Amino acid sequence: MRLPIPNAIAARLEERSNQHVGLLAEFPDPGALYDAVKGLRERGYTRLDTFSPFPIHGMDRAMGLPVSKIGYLVFFGGITGAFLGWLLQWWTSEVDYPINISNKPLYAFEASVPIIFELTILFSALTAVGAMLALNGLPRPYDPLFYSDRFGRATDDGFFLHVAAADGTFAQDRTTDDLLGLGATAVEYVDHDGATLVGGADLAAPAPNADRAPVPVTPPHTTGDL
Amino acid sequence: MATVTSKNAYGRSGGDGAPVYADGTPKTLADAPLVRGNLSFHDVTEMVSVHTEKKTPLGWWIAFGAALTGLAIFAVAVAYQVWNGPGVWGLTNPVFWGWAIVNFVWWVGIGHAGTLISAVLFLFRQRWRTSINRAAEAMTLFAVACALTFPTFHVGRVWVIYYTLPIPNQMAMWPQFKSPLLWDVFAVSIYGTVSLLFWYVGLIPDLATIRDRAARAGKMVRARILGFFSLGWTGSNRSWRHYERAYLLLAGLATPLVLSVHSVVSFDFAVSIVPGWHTTIFPPYFVAGAIFSGFAMVVTLMVVARSVFDIKNLITIDHLEKMNIIILVTGTVVGFAYITEFFIAWYSQVEYEQFAFANRAFGPYAWAYWTMMACNLIFPQVFWVKKFRRSIPIMFAISITTNIGMWFERFVITVTSLHRDFLPSSWDYYSPTIWDILMYVGTFGLFFTLFLLFLRFVPMVAIAEVKGVMPQADPHFYHHAGDGHADAHELAPYQVDANAQGAATAAPDSDADGVPDDVAHDRDPS
Repeated sequence: MRLPIPNAIAARLEERSNQHVGLLAEFPDPGALYDAVKGLRERGYTRLDTFSPFPIHGMDRAMGLPVSKIGYLVFFGGITGAFLGWLLQWWTSEVDYPINISNKPLYAFEASVPIIFELTILFSALTAVGAMLALNGLPRPYDPLFYSDRFGRATDDGFFLHVAAADGTFAQDRTTDDLLGLGATAVEYVDHDGATLVGGADLAAPAPNADRAPVPVTPPHTTGDL
Repeated sequence: MATVTSKNAYGRSGGDGAPVYADGTPKTLADAPLVRGNLSFHDVTEMVSVHTEKKTPLGWWIAFGAALTGLAIFAVAVAYQVWNGPGVWGLTNPVFWGWAIVNFVWWVGIGHAGTLISAVLFLFRQRWRTSINRAAEAMTLFAVACALTFPTFHVGRVWVIYYTLPIPNQMAMWPQFKSPLLWDVFAVSIYGTVSLLFWYVGLIPDLATIRDRAARAGKMVRARILGFFSLGWTGSNRSWRHYERAYLLLAGLATPLVLSVHSVVSFDFAVSIVPGWHTTIFPPYFVAGAIFSGFAMVVTLMVVARSVFDIKNLITIDHLEKMNIIILVTGTVVGFAYITEFFIAWYSQVEYEQFAFANRAFGPYAWAYWTMMACNLIFPQVFWVKKFRRSIPIMFAISITTNIGMWFERFVITVTSLHRDFLPSSWDYYSPTIWDILMYVGTFGLFFTLFLLFLRFVPMVAIAEVKGVMPQADPHFYHHAGDGHADAHELAPYQVDANAQGAATAAPDSDADGVPDDVAHDRDPS
């Protein structure tokens, strides 16, 4: 059954699910990847992404990405936590169950500071993690990139550059040549049906796990057929 | 125009770089390499991941069996105490806070080093933390779990422990928000939650690493389980961008949190009017003590783990030396606080304060007091000598005595102030019972059960972070091999960055082309 989704949202979801359809190129090291991103941007590509086992210093600037907005969200999360921490203590002691002890004030701000502080931290931290996951679209069990066998090295010692097919400058043959010209060692076309090698080194090239028998398998964390 | 190789990239061969000894050892600790052994990225993955993938070694089963025995002791001690009530402990008038609070504060304090390493050192850009932060954060989580068991069961009727939380109930009553004990409930539980978040966020890329390794090896069940927990992480730079910002913010949040938690713990004492407790020095003094004991526990665990798991190139002797320096500093701070307390007791001219402190040092618990002084102030002073800072047996011994000393610190504070009440007719000598002792021993079972499970199933070193501090992680490292454009201004950041790696042994370069072997296999210098 299909839910009735407004066209604008449906288009956005469609675009998002196809975000990683396109050419996936492997580069030998972070330096080559960095230079390739600069090269592709000079050629007019915009829908790029790189994949590396660790964040590469300076890559955000090379890709033209602004600073993450998470800080602003966390600020509002913190404000919410502080307000709720104050409300909890003020309302319970001043409104809901006032207890008169030696005619002291029913509510004292000073004594409520520690809990206000702790709740500020709690809400900020939850916001930071939640915002990070939401902005990254995680959890995301299916990603067409997982069809590529060599892509498994992106979390080990592989450095990858992805050009989305949705990019205005994208043309499969020309983009493949661009990637190879910028030093890619292998280029694959990845879509929802799988990954096919379209240029560069053969998969038989020695992988670091060569001592372990390469098992050609369907990536496990995919839902299979779409 | 200079040619960069890993031999000279960090100013190691004369010129404008950092001075080196004749044998090539870097001159200062700050110049020491963060990762030794000229490892490649894949080597790091391999070194850490393999311990989660190999067949469970016999040694692990033996250790786990011992830990489970401890856990069983814990279960018996807790069951007996819950069935009979807290009277089975040695608590009696006037000492109603005995081992339970001592152990609670001790375990919480140990936990603080994990947050300090993961958050405070991160904010200070101390990149050496990357090798030890994962295990230290795990230690935090498990230490907080152990700590929480003591107040939980000390309440006596543990089945109504939810009274401590602001949950609407049939009595229409709320917790007493003006009590430091309630602040503790919030502080410690939120501390545990935030530490867990911080640890898990740090784990996501590494879980993805072992997920992909499992997929390559064809272990589909394992890959699916890890795929669930790694949330579909791909290492996309668009993800790293948010990830790094979130991590920075979590570090910024955890830093004041850790300081507040032990301050709140110290308020349990300082807000009372008991002589010896009612002092404003308590929050900073407790925080320093927490860091002190926590680092000692990290050293204890890491000395064993780096040797058992053969990760001495990742957790180097330099890391241990840096931790020993922190132990020396915080131990001296704590010792200074002990002396300050005495001075203030005299200076205040309050006879109760003066009695409390004279009684500490020369009363019935003098043995505990001088154990504390020796372990916390005197023994760590051996770390002024570099040779001792870098000696595994000595640092292991000091790390153990530090935790003994810090346990006695809490014992001295808690018991000596209480056992001499305002009325001499109430005076008594407090001793624990077997149930106090068994529950404390049992928490070690709980701690090591959890820690051994962590070592077995989770990458014990932050793989992605360690790779990020290796010299070849920087894109500019490759310019010499690519276009030869590296020149003085590009090199400058390496040469001034105290954290930059100067490989202690020159990178092997069998074909003598100026490109180390581990780079050459990745990229053809032509």
